[in-house]
Amino acid sequence: MIKVIHCTVNGKVREIAVDERESLTDMLRLRLGLTSVKKGCEAGECGACTVLIDGVAKNSCILLAVWADGHEIITVEGIRGKNGLLHPVQQAFVDEAAIQCGFCTPGLVLTGVELVNSGKRYTGEQLREKISGHLCRCTGYENILNALEKVVGVGSQPTA
Amino acid sequence: MHAFRPTNELARMDFSISPEGDVSWYTGTFSTDEKIAGREDLCGEHYAVPAVHACHLENNTCFAYMDGRRMVVYSCNQVPHTLRRNIAEAIGMPLGDVRVVKPFLGGGFGNKQDTMYEPLVALASQRLGGRCVAITLSREETFVNTRTRHGFDMTIAAAADEAGDLTHRGIRINSNGGSYAAHTHAVAAYAVTSNFQTYKASAVQIGESSTVYTNLPSAAAMRGYGIPQLNFAMESQMEDIARRNGWDPIDFRLQNINEAGFVDPFDKFTVRTCGLRECVEQGRRLCDWDRKRKEYDAFNKTSPNLKKGLGMALFSYKIGVYPLQLESGSCRIVMNEDGSAQIMVGCAELGQGSDTAMCQIVSQITTIPEQKLSVCSAQDTDITPYDNGAYASRQTYISGSGAKLAAEKLVDTILTHAARTYKLPKDELRLASEQIWHRDSAVCTLAQLCTYINFVNDQKTDTDHITAEATFTMKNICLAYGVSFMDLEVDVPVGKVKIRKVYCLQDSGKIINPQLAEGQMHGGVAMGIGYALGEQMLFDAATGRPLNNNLLDYKIPTCMDIPDMEIRFVETHEDSAPFGAKGLAEPPLIPQAAAVRNAILHATGVGMHKLPMNPQNLVHAFGEAGLIAQ
Amino acid sequence: MYDIKETFRANSVPEALELLRAHPGAIPVCGGTDVMIHLKERKLRQAALVGIMDIASLQGIYLEQTGDLFIGSGTCFDSIYQNPLARACVPMLADACNQVGSPQIRSVATIGGNLCNGAVSADSVPSLLVLNAELELTSLEGKRVVKAVDFHTGPGKTVLETDRELLTGIRIPKASYEGHGGKYLKFGQRNAMEIATLGCAVNCALSPDGTIRDFAIAFGVAAPRPIRCAKAESLMLGRRPTGALLKELRRAVLLECAPRESWRASLELRTQLIQELAERASRCAIEHAGGSLDD
Repeated sequence: MIKVIHCTVNGKVREIAVDERESLTDMLRLRLGLTSVKKGCEAGECGACTVLIDGVAKNSCILLAVWADGHEIITVEGIRGKNGLLHPVQQAFVDEAAIQCGFCTPGLVLTGVELVNSGKRYTGEQLREKISGHLCRCTGYENILNALEKVVGVGSQPTA
Repeated sequence: MHAFRPTNELARMDFSISPEGDVSWYTGTFSTDEKIAGREDLCGEHYAVPAVHACHLENNTCFAYMDGRRMVVYSCNQVPHTLRRNIAEAIGMPLGDVRVVKPFLGGGFGNKQDTMYEPLVALASQRLGGRCVAITLSREETFVNTRTRHGFDMTIAAAADEAGDLTHRGIRINSNGGSYAAHTHAVAAYAVTSNFQTYKASAVQIGESSTVYTNLPSAAAMRGYGIPQLNFAMESQMEDIARRNGWDPIDFRLQNINEAGFVDPFDKFTVRTCGLRECVEQGRRLCDWDRKRKEYDAFNKTSPNLKKGLGMALFSYKIGVYPLQLESGSCRIVMNEDGSAQIMVGCAELGQGSDTAMCQIVSQITTIPEQKLSVCSAQDTDITPYDNGAYASRQTYISGSGAKLAAEKLVDTILTHAARTYKLPKDELRLASEQIWHRDSAVCTLAQLCTYINFVNDQKTDTDHITAEATFTMKNICLAYGVSFMDLEVDVPVGKVKIRKVYCLQDSGKIINPQLAEGQMHGGVAMGIGYALGEQMLFDAATGRPLNNNLLDYKIPTCMDIPDMEIRFVETHEDSAPFGAKGLAEPPLIPQAAAVRNAILHATGVGMHKLPMNPQNLVHAFGEAGLIAQ
Repeated sequence: MYDIKETFRANSVPEALELLRAHPGAIPVCGGTDVMIHLKERKLRQAALVGIMDIASLQGIYLEQTGDLFIGSGTCFDSIYQNPLARACVPMLADACNQVGSPQIRSVATIGGNLCNGAVSADSVPSLLVLNAELELTSLEGKRVVKAVDFHTGPGKTVLETDRELLTGIRIPKASYEGHGGKYLKFGQRNAMEIATLGCAVNCALSPDGTIRDFAIAFGVAAPRPIRCAKAESLMLGRRPTGALLKELRRAVLLECAPRESWRASLELRTQLIQELAERASRCAIEHAGGSLDD
């Protein structure tokens, strides 16, 4: 059955007609064209579909679109600064060559944004744990950790 | 299984190599016991590796539609030009009526080298009057309905004399090809011949190989093309020989490696550059081998449950597939009036950074800065010139040569125009920092020249939109070399391995982009660790039902499973390559499984003969060795 | 698309219970991390789902007047792990909650769902068993309390009457955590994103003379349901913790477990893990209880 839901997506208030059976991933990709939300497993095992829901990184593939009613969702399309510049997490990924095929990148960047927004600083070991819900087959995680270290690591400077 | 293959054996390849390097092919009875080719002097040990999956994060997907009489196919494929030919043949359309577009793709690792569902969507679209038809696989389908890395059963034999020189060597490979041909025996053939490229032997060397059809997913290319399997057996065995004889495993290896000057017995090419010895010697110092091996030996004597080990394994790997197959790569460069340019290459970017490397090569020669160059990243057979595609770590080596050739042609064209325009002798002109120079004075900028030649309207000059295109035919092959040192701990009672640090050193010739090169090394090491410790495709023995075709039960490493890595390059200069660069991306995976195995052997005294070395297999082996009290 | 017939969203426990009664076979969903997988695998078809994620009374952690710790069934694993009360009173449970799946899963998956799913590998369950947790099951007729140890009846099966009851909360008696030390050990092949190959929880307290006053041990994946090992526990009582005693414990727990061979792990591996984890978890728990092991 089609249901109408209301949510804020990337800062915009939206009224969206969704199928009760569809995942939030499908809603974001197919109805809103937000294709940064990737499908790697559709079982909550790879993290490629991660979005921020009320600021918290969650797998959108095993969440029904109807359950997103009333919530605030952010995807990678919504994190650019007002001046169009990359988010500091994205810039760090570029600088550290943390991207190879790029398929895991949007999800990881959003987990990075969540960490930035926490205002905390993390040790290398803590960062490993924080991104352990994202599978990457290209980078061996090394440069991803280097990038996150740069923005939220213990020795990093706070970002605006 | 297939009517025309009553024994299910798809292909055989058996040979012996004389001490002089002559290969004799034969096909006799395929031996099944430990004696290779039935010879008493080649009694081998058995090693088994399971089928594994590439697990690129993006599942396989493709769609097709018709644009008038033409078929347009989008696919996440590594070899778009080959795919075009296969689709045209499969659906009976003229090749020129098929257009294949490869957008950005989410990893491939060889699995996207095969033609998969593309002919099917094209055929369906054809039958539906050109409507768009797509097939998008789920993760579960990708696991079993695309391609796997072959499972191998290997028997490997080698003997050394008292001085530590290898005399006899032999290997037999039984390769599980799955249910359809795909690459099947090409992979086993690559492995069985490569066994004789890393080490030498003074007497006879024998290789036997067979690929069979089974009712499992079809196997094809996956990062390393048969060599990760081979290397596990080969480097385990070298370790065991050294250990049995009380020799230092590194010295023993270095005493027997083939180096520059080696002539491959099969393809008769000569190795020109080999940094293997330097990789191993540098690595030995880097990981503090001699001190740590002793320290761990002492530690292990008093620690029954926690054991420490340091192990290593080395490899060599062919870059490109010449002379077995044609190797060519093309590039087109189109100048814009402002002195910027577009680069079109047919080689496929799949995350490995080849677009960046091509851009750097063109920039280096044309002096146009990288930010003024753009690579058409979506390879489109209507736009990008022919290339064999992404495989065999060939892109920088072969396609890069094409890019270099095109850039050199472009510079020549530019100087020709400058000479004509400014009436100066061409051989006195040169291009530097985006300007044309005559001796020590700047004549014009590239932008000025391009604009002039593009728009000049003086009723006598022919205009030109400056472009250059070149195809490079590679009539060479080179070997990349490397070594992995694995420092680890084993929690014996539960069979769990914790890798503390990996040191990887590689000779990939001149490194074109150090940052991306290191990234490739990291990824290869991680995939190799997955192969070593956790990955295997499991099937119900009775029904063939896949058991673990999902990312929870198929254990690719998470970031909590990956150790710190130290990466070093030993840069040789390969004359046959652009700027001396060899291939890079597959090799780092190759030695990891054997290095882990040999480190576990150092730690526990138990040498594993099968992958993965997961807790279950280790606990069984430790139990049999009496390390776990019953 | 998931094979879903209809979805509802309840704002209160009575509303959820009314919906469950009105739609027999309907399934309550909070985090949904198990239910959605069952749907994907077609183990569930044409499902009616009752969303209970908005019910405020199901969330939160607080101390009751008796000193018992109450955890709302809809509290997600990450909230439990981050909660100062949970970390102070039942650190072993907080740690267990941090070992479930991945960070994204722990931000939505709930402790109540972990129980009701009935999985033998549920990471929070062995700790709840050794902490003598009581489960509050609410129906429109009232409430009943079931001991966690009696909750599971078999693989995927519990005593919850799914058409008329909702697990609303988990109570951990003060007597079970005060003065106790505990430890949950999960064994998986990977260090994250894992389903437990085996889980073992130990909770214990020591007498002033250093002997064991209270001892509880539970396992996940060692039998068709999560189990306590009563005979092994009684073996430990009144004894001084020594290496030799732990060797006895290793043998004793095996007699009460019924591990099975599966493609995820061989019988041999599970048998070895049962003994090894029993010893290791006990060592940690004894240390956390303020004791030290005489070898």
